[in-house]
This record gives sequence, C-alpha cells and structure tokens, in this order.
Amino acid sequence: MIDLASITATPKIFPTNSHLSTRDRWDHFLARVGYKRGEHRVEPGLYALGNPTPDSPVFVSANYTLSFDALRSSLEGQDGYILVLDTKGVNVWCAAGKGTFGTDEIVRRVMIARLGEVVQHRKLILPQLGAPGVAAHEVKKRTGFWVEYGPVRAADLPEYLKTHTANAEMRRVEFPLSDRLVLIPVDVVQTFLPTLLAAVVLFFLGEWVSSLAALVAVFAGIVLFPILLPWLPTHNFSTKGFLLGGLAALPFTASAFLGHPGWSWYRQVGQALEYLLAMPAATAFLALNFTGSSTFTSRSGVKREMFSYIPAMAWTFGIGILLAVVVVFIH
Amino acid sequence: MLNAYEVNTLAYDAELCNGCAVCVAVCPHAVFEMDGRKAVLVRPSACMECGACQKNCIQNAITVESGVGCASAMLRAALTGRKEVACDC
Repeated sequence: MIDLASITATPKIFPTNSHLSTRDRWDHFLARVGYKRGEHRVEPGLYALGNPTPDSPVFVSANYTLSFDALRSSLEGQDGYILVLDTKGVNVWCAAGKGTFGTDEIVRRVMIARLGEVVQHRKLILPQLGAPGVAAHEVKKRTGFWVEYGPVRAADLPEYLKTHTANAEMRRVEFPLSDRLVLIPVDVVQTFLPTLLAAVVLFFLGEWVSSLAALVAVFAGIVLFPILLPWLPTHNFSTKGFLLGGLAALPFTASAFLGHPGWSWYRQVGQALEYLLAMPAATAFLALNFTGSSTFTSRSGVKREMFSYIPAMAWTFGIGILLAVVVVFIH
Repeated sequence: MLNAYEVNTLAYDAELCNGCAVCVAVCPHAVFEMDGRKAVLVRPSACMECGACQKNCIQNAITVESGVGCASAMLRAALTGRKEVACDC
C-alpha cells in the first residue's frame, strides 16, 4: 500500500557519502558475528551521494548496512542517487529471493521519492543479484523507468559505469575463500552454546576425550568445511562432510585403542565405533546446512541431498550415541 | 547419487526467445549464452534455481521452480509444518 500522505509531502532526500567511518566498520563487524541480526538497517528512501544533478545515475540498494555501504563506498568520486528499498534489513540477494527486493517495492519507492521529478533520465541501475525479485519489464511498465542490471559486485561499478556493459566476469558469482571465511563467525556464534552443552554432558557421561570429540566434529563442520569446500572430494555437501568428519574422527578412534590398553577388546571397539559413527554424522549435517550460505546450490539439489543423506546421518549419529551410553552402563 | 545438483527444474523454450538477452545478464552462473539472436542453454547443470531469468523473461520462455537452496530453511519448514520456506539471512 502506498501511503498518500507520504506521496503528497515533499519527499526527503538523505545526504550520504562514500566514506566508511569507524562506526560503520564496527557495525559491519557486529553484523558478521551475527549480533542483532536483522537490525543492521539503513532508513529506506532516496539518498544523494555527493552532489548529484538531475542527470546523475540512480542506483538501487537494500536497507542492510553491508549492502548499502558496499555500494556507496565503491562509488567514491561519483555523484548520484541511491534508492534504498525496505528489505527488512536483509541483503540484496536474499531479499530478492524473498521478494522484498522486488518489483512492487521498487515501484513504491520510486513513487514515494517522486523520482521522476528528481531526475531527468528514466534509468535505474540495479545490482544484478536483485534480479530474482524484479521483473525489469514490469518496472518499466509501472514507473516508466528502465531497469539496467549492473554487475554482481559493487566493487566492479566504477569499471562498469565507463561503458554501462558488464563483462562475463562481472556477471558471475564466485565463492572465493575470502567470501567463505567471513561467513564462519556467525555460524560459530550460533553453534557455540549447544556445542558447549553437548561437551559438558559428554564429560559427565564419559571422559574429556568425548567432549573434545564433540568440539572437533563441530569445528570441522563450521570452520574447516567452509575453508576446504572446493578441495573436498565429491560433489554433494553431505558426502564432503562425511569425509571430513571421518578424517576428524580417526585420531579419536585410535585413542579408543591406544588410550585404554587395559580395556577389553569389545569395549575398545565400542568406543572406537562411537567416534567413527557419531562424528562424521554431526560434521556432515553441519556441512549440509552450509548449502544455504553457498552461492550455487539449487533447491531441488539440496532437497535431493536431504532425502538421501539425512536418514543416514540420523542413524549413524543415533547408533554412535547409543553405543556411548551402552558402553558406560556395561561398566 | 553422485551429484545431487546435476539435474534441476530449469526449462527453456528457444522457440519463444526474442533475443533480448536479459537472461544472459541476470544469470549469476552463465547458464545462458547468446548465439546470434537467440539465447542458448549452455550450462544447464550450473543453474541454482534463483529464478532471475524466469522473472525477467518477457516472453515466458523460461520456467524454473525457484526457491532457496538452503537445507536448514527447508528442514525448519518441514519440522514446523509450514509450507513457506524462508531463510533467516
């Protein structure tokens, strides 16, 4: 719904620049560790970057500080307008998937800002990753503005603006190590308490090595997996996770035998199997969850993975934990 | 199942293509390429079903069951019995 009062009142244009302050960087840090997720917001509306004229380009962004700041900081020395959509504090690509970075919201914001009166041209430059939520032809029909899809990364904008054409590289989404690394802190923060709890329970159930095993299995899934993703063999995230978790379990399996020379053989085997079954399952599950963070997994593919591997994860994990309990109670 | 991502729901009818090339522009995985005045599906298995091409194709030449390829979101939807799959990122 378009609020009539906001259309008739003179629309406000917020000033902005390309400078990232210490406060901005602190906010980025907090966003990266998942502190108050969804609250790293920019006020939606029209922004004047530098000293724009009616001929200056209009860029469209999301009201997530990391998105908005990536855009404005990439446009140093460029005068222009930034139309910030209300994406509920969510980045461009995810918001496009949800539809909040979408045709309706663009039409609404163009009208509220009375953009047609602010600029003389009729062109909006959108981030390419906004496309899943936007029908360019429909925006044209409803507002008169042409949608031009810019590059995937804001950093490529200066190069893009020279010709207004993106080369193949600017259009491709990759998933380099740096992009994978920045995703780790938020997952570490999210899994920290449950993992700690599991480690404490295991300590009282068994021994400190079991606690360590839990920590290592989670560490493998949350930290090592994103780092090693392209180099782990096989295609599916689950199998990659099983392999990684299996490797992580090997020293623990060895410790079951070497650490307890006085134990009966079946107790040693029992404990070795605990690690060999439960750890890869836990790591694989966390690995499968990383599909949501990755930039290339399709919904139908993830679905197929879930149906194929989650039962195996549940069974091996369950049997591993059951063995642990049985071994404790036998003795 | 060696590669769960080999097959997907992307379908393209070249007959309907008007050569506007918007699909080539919006695809983040270079699934389409222009061949003269028609778009061609060159890397169908690289499709991540984001839906950008379908949404922007004025000819309705492309269909794909788009959605978030996120296991935790789908699992949450399954566990809570909700049909709508939404991620929290």
